[in-house]
Amino acid sequence: MSGYYEVDGKQVPHDEEGYITNLSDWSKELAEVIAKEEGIDMTDEHWEVVNFLREYYDEYQIAPAIRVLVKAMKKKFGPEKGNNKYLYELFPYGPAKQACKIAGLPKPTGCV
Amino acid sequence: MSEVKNFLYVNRKAPHGTIYALESLEVVLIGAAFEQDVALAFLDDGVFQLVKGWDTSELGVKNFQPAYTALGDYDISKVYVERESLEERGLTEDDLIEMTYEDEDDDWAEKSSIRIVSREEMAQIMRDSDVILSF
Repeated sequence: MSGYYEVDGKQVPHDEEGYITNLSDWSKELAEVIAKEEGIDMTDEHWEVVNFLREYYDEYQIAPAIRVLVKAMKKKFGPEKGNNKYLYELFPYGPAKQACKIAGLPKPTGCV
Repeated sequence: MSEVKNFLYVNRKAPHGTIYALESLEVVLIGAAFEQDVALAFLDDGVFQLVKGWDTSELGVKNFQPAYTALGDYDISKVYVERESLEERGLTEDDLIEMTYEDEDDDWAEKSSIRIVSREEMAQIMRDSDVILSF
């Protein structure tokens, strides 16, 4: 169901899957709110992935598929962070899906 | 394991004015996420999709051109551009954006994905493809 996230007394609209409608509504505070709804306690490691996704989107205008995210993370942070296990431990319901939602990006294309 | 098929996405239309270019790109990304063998073809006005320096600020649409440069991350290494289509529009390879991929078989060296081919070669590429999706 579509609805709103509450941040600092303001309502930020999201779609039926929880992705925010206007990408410009995003803020760090909002990310914490979305993460909480996803059952995720944001650590520095979570932020690293979220910030990385935002940078990727900024450069390419797309949210990467999981396979692409893994490869790009590996390139930037090395194999200990650029692997499925690490990313699924941080975001159990799918790193691309969950991390993109928290990062305020659209759902990755091809993500089912 | 299911058989991997050769998919060829044929792009014939200018990037704006219709939704074809953007839709094609979305389908390409979906196809690549499912690890099919994906190649792209640009011919007719479709070559304008790869011409550098889009400015969509007055069109009210997102500039999705940067997404083409991410296709290398999706292991798309074959982007065929028809020479005759470029020439008929007064364009050369220098007018096109850079598209690269990392070659797994060559120590991940970065290489250009764009291959300029003749109309005749393009016809052969189409004959050799298992699935052709036309946009």
